[in-house]
Amino acid sequence: MDNQTLSIACTINDRAIRATIPVRQSLVDFLREGVGLTGSHVGCAHGVCGACHVVVDGVVVRGCLILAVQADGAEISTIEHAATTSIGAALQAAFFERAALQCGFCTSGMILQAAELLAQNPEPSRDEIRAALSGNLCRCTGYHAIVDAVQMASARLSDIAP
Amino acid sequence: MTDLALPQDGWIGRRMPREDTRRLVMGAGRYVDDLACRGELHAAFLRSPYPHAGFRLDLSQAKALDGVAAVFVAEDLARVCGGLICPDLAFPGMVSPQQLPLVAERAVYQGEPIALVLADSRAVAEDAVELIAVDWQELPAITRLDQSLTQDAPPVHLGLASNLGWSTQIGTDLRDAFAGAALVVETTLDFARNTGVTLEPRGLIAQWDAGALELRISHQMPHQLQLHIAELFGVAMSRVRVICGDVGGGFGLKMHIYQDELATIAAARLIGRPVRFIADRMESLMADIHAREHRIHGRMAVDAQGRIIGFDIDDLHGMGAYSVFPRSSTREAMSALAVIGAPYLHQVFHARLRCALQNKVPTGQLRAVGNPIGCAITERLVDLAASARGEDRLVFRARNLLPEAMQPWTSPSGFRLFGLSHHRCLERLQKLMDLPKLRAEISDACASGRWLGLGFASLVEFTAPNSRSYGPTGAPVAAVDAVVATLEMTGDISVRASVSEIGQGIRQSLAQVMADAMGVPAENVAVLTGDTATVPHGGGAWASRGAAIGGEAAWQAGVALRAQILEIAAALLQAQAADLDIRFGQVVDQHGSARMGLDELSRIVTLQSYLLPDGMQGQLSVSRTYRREADSALPNNGIQAVLVEIDPDTGHISALRHWVVFDCGRVLNPLLVEEQIRGGVVMGLGQALLEACSYDSGGQFISATLADYKVPMADDAPDIEVALVETPYAGSAVGAKGAGEAGACAAPAALLNAVNDALAGQGAQISALPITPLDVLRALGRVPQA
Ligand code: FES
Ligand code: FES
Repeated sequence: MDNQTLSIACTINDRAIRATIPVRQSLVDFLREGVGLTGSHVGCAHGVCGACHVVVDGVVVRGCLILAVQADGAEISTIEHAATTSIGAALQAAFFERAALQCGFCTSGMILQAAELLAQNPEPSRDEIRAALSGNLCRCTGYHAIVDAVQMASARLSDIAP
Repeated sequence: MTDLALPQDGWIGRRMPREDTRRLVMGAGRYVDDLACRGELHAAFLRSPYPHAGFRLDLSQAKALDGVAAVFVAEDLARVCGGLICPDLAFPGMVSPQQLPLVAERAVYQGEPIALVLADSRAVAEDAVELIAVDWQELPAITRLDQSLTQDAPPVHLGLASNLGWSTQIGTDLRDAFAGAALVVETTLDFARNTGVTLEPRGLIAQWDAGALELRISHQMPHQLQLHIAELFGVAMSRVRVICGDVGGGFGLKMHIYQDELATIAAARLIGRPVRFIADRMESLMADIHAREHRIHGRMAVDAQGRIIGFDIDDLHGMGAYSVFPRSSTREAMSALAVIGAPYLHQVFHARLRCALQNKVPTGQLRAVGNPIGCAITERLVDLAASARGEDRLVFRARNLLPEAMQPWTSPSGFRLFGLSHHRCLERLQKLMDLPKLRAEISDACASGRWLGLGFASLVEFTAPNSRSYGPTGAPVAAVDAVVATLEMTGDISVRASVSEIGQGIRQSLAQVMADAMGVPAENVAVLTGDTATVPHGGGAWASRGAAIGGEAAWQAGVALRAQILEIAAALLQAQAADLDIRFGQVVDQHGSARMGLDELSRIVTLQSYLLPDGMQGQLSVSRTYRREADSALPNNGIQAVLVEIDPDTGHISALRHWVVFDCGRVLNPLLVEEQIRGGVVMGLGQALLEACSYDSGGQFISATLADYKVPMADDAPDIEVALVETPYAGSAVGAKGAGEAGACAAPAALLNAVNDALAGQGAQISALPITPLDVLRALGRVPQA
């Protein structure tokens, strides 16, 4: 039981944020409850499902496994910001068109994880996509359409890339 | 039935993405935990850590903690909320005691809620739960299915003479029929407990205002819940508003009535402030309904020509501590029995069913309710018979599948089977798989030492039941669905529908139906669901009914609205209604020339009604409720195949490829149906290879995290090829049958057969699901039996 608080300053989706938060609050809870960014979800709160994925200093992390106080000074971006990047926007369009989501609860985490993959490996194989997304649980789709959507986004991005 | 034929080049049948998902890909969904209420309190529960224990509580420290508003126990909530007793009219003699929102004195399963804390945050509420001092008296508990009915098994509830919750027999004596058989094959299969694991856990925000409740909840059937709450809290239905926003997965799990949800609503009433409860993953895994848990013994008799004579079944099913409210835990087993042998012509059937009470959370209805068990025992027996006869498994199936020429056919267990395209599906499957080539590849691979196996499973599933299914049971389950269609002044159509959207895409499908019925583009139709204050009463989401029942209601409402609008147009244009039509949102004449936009017509009716002729009111809304009178359920059918590889060293099983051919009647949107199939197949794959609610020898639940209850991830699942065959249901205008669960019905059976095919050369057999690598090594004799 610890009701201690600490002040942090960070950048969230290009906005400077200062907040005083409970030291035991997870980053995803802070983003959802404190900042009102509800696009990141909590599917397990114990690091298995990936629904809570957010990007911290350029790396996709599980927002339920790090404390908000650890994000002091960090640059954070969430699904709400994904459309500002060409990869994020391409994935969002492809997930929509390919019906790569049903309930949509996993989708934010999936798209952020897939965006990281495409940034590192612009033309991944189906197996590489499956491996990269293997920490993101989707209970609805069976994954096939998600793999298709990532490939679809990858093909479109390489068409527009020089 | 209506006289309007479906348009040839209509919206029905088009591959369209779902409008709803535009929001969801942006992270702009509105799930229940995304909504905060000013002044809200957070709930956390003390749950029993034992499967069976008496308790005495000391709440003083918990109540004294800063930030705690209240701690409630059973007697507090009893002042405002009644208890649950599962209706048993259809299951005479069923044993299921009353369940209170919080249990008093003695918990009968691990995870049962005992006390509820309300606090300023969930964290503080959890702190306070830890401060509740409990004096536990552990009682003997029974959790294992195979021991629950033995003489010396401790009673699940004190004072019970036996843990037999319910039992029944179906069919006739088989002795003569089986005695004359050329071949009798038999097997026993064990199915572990599974659970739904909706990625969004259950959750709700309850707010009472002057005796009226507004409830936001992640749930599948808002109207049924509204009725239960009205009855349990003694208020009028009109004082209860249930709102289901975006629902992060349902799968049947979110159609039951849970103790913790009622307790939250009761606590909100007592405290007079909004209360939010969101289950965490551990309480979800422990206290959401579980499903399956069967030990089923099956025998199948075959004549000298290789024709199936009949089935003899003995099923033992684990109910948990109560029969789940309100649909009953017995449903799972009854659904399993209903589909045994259903794809195949046979003469005789007998089944004995025993449902056992256990000190475990109740089993309830999870996607494909019972079907995976019925399908697996049937398909395993079919494979065993083919192999005993030394013939190809598909040859045996082709001989025995119910031919179209013999339909409709009533099975010996009393189910009417019609509109089934088994042989067309089988043919299509062989093409889809390029079977001769695939078989050559498999035998090459096996020759080089790889362990590959191919498994098949045919299925029939009874979908979209009418009111004969639940009506007689006493459970308040609506089998009707309703639609209110309204022409808006911007020329678009609002559809308020009683079916529920839980990610399956029913709103998109209804938009396409309405587009055809009305003559407007699908994008000009908005479908609203999930709010009892705005949509009409109906069933919600259960038993794959959205397209077949909700779709038909939408069609009828659209056809009626179109006729009404053409009457108005005729009056305004001084034409005959019969000479007019609506196309692409325009009233057109016989030559197809646009005469008036629907927006203009709607504005005249609403804003310039003096232009209407005398006596015409100009109704812009139509309400239609659809009940299907004929055919108590709509059977669909299909066949699946899967190729697996087993690692001889580790026993690890990989599903390499999966194929599905499926017939769900008229397909409203193939893009969405295919994805329903794929999602169901992978859920079935989880049940076949990974998922088990496990208990240790002391009855402790040991799969309370997603690291312990393992569900399929992207690298566990194969690509899944899907082909659709369409045999529309002849008894409705739209012709749709259910599609959402079939993938899950047959995938476990196909995988079980595939693994046994791969192990056939090693003389090993598997007969329990899930099949873990350890099970494979045990079957091979490399690791001693447990
Ligand atoms: S919520 Fe963070 S991994 Fe599941
Ligand atoms: S779409 Fe529901 S969990 Fe992935």
